[in-house]
Amino acid sequence: MSKGEIVAGCLAPHPPHLVYAENPPQNEPTAEGGWEQLRWGYERLRESLAGVDYDAIVLLSPHWQTYVGTHFLGLPKFKNLSVDPVFPNLFRYHYDLEIDVELAQQIHDRAADAGLAVKMMTNPDFRVDYGTITTGHMFNPAWDKPLVVVSSNRSRDYYSVEVMQEMMIELGRVTREAILASGKKVVVIASNSLSHRHFTTESALPEDMSKEHITSHAMHLWDMRMIEYFRTGQAQRILDEMPEFTEQAIAESDGGGLSWLLSTLDVPTYPGILHGYGTIIGTGNAIVEWPVRDHKEAGL
Amino acid sequence: MSDGELIGSFIVPVHPHTVLAPEQNEGWGRLRDAYDVAAQRIKDSGADLLIIYSTTWPSIIGHQIIADPNPEWVMVDHDFHDLGSIPYSFNIDEKFAHAWNEANEKRGLKSRTVAYHGFPIDVGSVVALKLLNPDNAIPAVIVSSNVYANRSETTVLAKACMDVVKATGRKAIAVTAMSLSNRMFTKPIEPRDDRIHSLKDDEWNRKILELLGEGRLEDVGQLSRTIHQQIRVNKVVAFKPMWWLSGMNTNRNDLTGEVLAYEALHGAGGAVVHLDPTPSGTGDIEYDEDDVEYFAGERNVLDADQLETEENEQSSNAESLPKEDLNKGPALWEPTEGEDSVNSEAAPKPVGAYPHARRVGDLLYLSGVGPRQPGTNAIPGGPIHDESGKALDYDIKAQTQAVVDNITRILEEAGGSIDDVLDVTSFLVDMDRDFQGYNEVWAETLGQVGPTRTTLAIRALPTPIAVEMKVIAKAPPKM
Ligand SMILES: [Fe+2]
Repeated sequence: MSKGEIVAGCLAPHPPHLVYAENPPQNEPTAEGGWEQLRWGYERLRESLAGVDYDAIVLLSPHWQTYVGTHFLGLPKFKNLSVDPVFPNLFRYHYDLEIDVELAQQIHDRAADAGLAVKMMTNPDFRVDYGTITTGHMFNPAWDKPLVVVSSNRSRDYYSVEVMQEMMIELGRVTREAILASGKKVVVIASNSLSHRHFTTESALPEDMSKEHITSHAMHLWDMRMIEYFRTGQAQRILDEMPEFTEQAIAESDGGGLSWLLSTLDVPTYPGILHGYGTIIGTGNAIVEWPVRDHKEAGL
Repeated sequence: MSDGELIGSFIVPVHPHTVLAPEQNEGWGRLRDAYDVAAQRIKDSGADLLIIYSTTWPSIIGHQIIADPNPEWVMVDHDFHDLGSIPYSFNIDEKFAHAWNEANEKRGLKSRTVAYHGFPIDVGSVVALKLLNPDNAIPAVIVSSNVYANRSETTVLAKACMDVVKATGRKAIAVTAMSLSNRMFTKPIEPRDDRIHSLKDDEWNRKILELLGEGRLEDVGQLSRTIHQQIRVNKVVAFKPMWWLSGMNTNRNDLTGEVLAYEALHGAGGAVVHLDPTPSGTGDIEYDEDDVEYFAGERNVLDADQLETEENEQSSNAESLPKEDLNKGPALWEPTEGEDSVNSEAAPKPVGAYPHARRVGDLLYLSGVGPRQPGTNAIPGGPIHDESGKALDYDIKAQTQAVVDNITRILEEAGGSIDDVLDVTSFLVDMDRDFQGYNEVWAETLGQVGPTRTTLAIRALPTPIAVEMKVIAKAPPKM
């Protein structure tokens, strides 16, 4: 079997507003557009990967929240309606997605061997969280690649950002090993926003862009600081500053996705490509790609 | 219709073990038995409404209330999916949900109803309704736990709910679906090995249950922040259900409490507690935070931004227009002058470009008249809220009298008198509270003159006043 490969790593946030604004046939509500900066960002990300061949997407969403270890979707197909419990007015999406159970099981097994608490999710009635669906749709609206869906273990809530990060770096390490051993070409995605303070009000027309801005200057500064590190190949600094960033920007990196991603990418020292940045109901969101395929000397 | 009331409260655990696996662990079985006892008591109580506040349904845009009359789906827990699925079909009181939503808005809360096919009802609500209302005999409502809400919002949420319970004559049961200590084991365990995660959590849980057993609900409410720090993992929503439940019970400390069960659920503290409103005769409130009736709000980012923008545009485009002081209500204008205008130095300044009155033929049309005092702009009887929007007590009779006095001044300036009034349209911002006082003053003043009258309830007036009148009068002969 040929050696597996990570072709790209992406930070690809999931506010349901993006799918809402796109008006895909799978989503019940309709919009007059909105959040174009981010939707164009996703467009650029898709273009960047259009000519790249890969077999599967491994994705971690902070909205499948598990407190008893890390879980993996473990059935070949999930088909259901995903309604966002927070923004049901924007997101009621009929999904039909395929899971690469083999790869999921391989990551699961390596994580178990490394002493992490893990579980396969094999209940067919389970509804896939809206974070996974949103990022899944925005990244690959054709849904023609199987996914590995990883839950967000809330170890940050139980312990601290430091402990969360230790566990996520370990999970990233075994994810990488499993992918390389699988012989598959894979895109790895962390689905989370950066600064994560929401407005507590919604304008009458949610897509009214005259109302959209970052909640505070401090949040903006943190987002820009992180983006600077993304763009200059300073992944290690992101990991180093993760505790302060997560606390002070109330960042959605608390779910572990970003730490896991950077670890899966072996803490890249080459620049990530910023495809887009924008705010959604006050939160800061960046779409970033690490083009691992162009940096094979970096360890692959 | 008799006044509605809260006839009981229950605290119940959220995890699905009591529904799906009560036989796998004796403690889970005892929690299930206690759930069944609670269900029987609710049935016997004659309750006609179950109100669920669920800590496992977080919301961001204010509070959300389920208003789908018959939500149906299959619930699978994010962690305990291997225990099985819970199909549900509930009987929701849609009308109550909408009324509560409106009552929330009246008290300054952000709020919305949710009625979408396939909306994922959270695990806590599903477990509670499945077990407390197994045959769906009693209609229910479910409200979310707002991520950003603190004590004041959560208390006002309860008061708004009770406004509707009272107004609709319901016999309601309040339920909080919640864990006590919420730290679970972070690894899978065998059911037989379940216990409270730590001795510290167990001691705190027992202390809380001791207070609840004595009916000292408000004391637990007052301890909520401490409880959160001591035994709550920082999950999505902080510990606030006791604020809501205490608010529902008028912040009482002398309820009759009974702990029906207390057991571990994968390490977390699960309890079934019954709080009966019958006074226990014990327990005064030992200290008290401010009692809050309305939520003034502090983060209406969207509108605040708009106001700022509008103000900027105003100052750049039209320097001469009066500047609005955002904290003190609208700016005051000089009354506009026109051939038929009637203006009075003895009447309060307008809040826009209009005259005090205008003569047309034999009739005199007055602009809306409020109670503000000419010159000082003071409001007899006091304003209805302060500069930050916090509601204040005020005297509607004094305000109404001041309105009549202002009308008198304007008519006298025009050469007439109060006896010339033909028709009045009155606007009240709080009909329920103020109609009687307003009506008494009317009877003593304009009631003696005898104009026709229409009284309307409206949401707000441009200044912090409770009453305004629009008057048509006979025009005095031209001088
Ligand atoms: Fe999110």
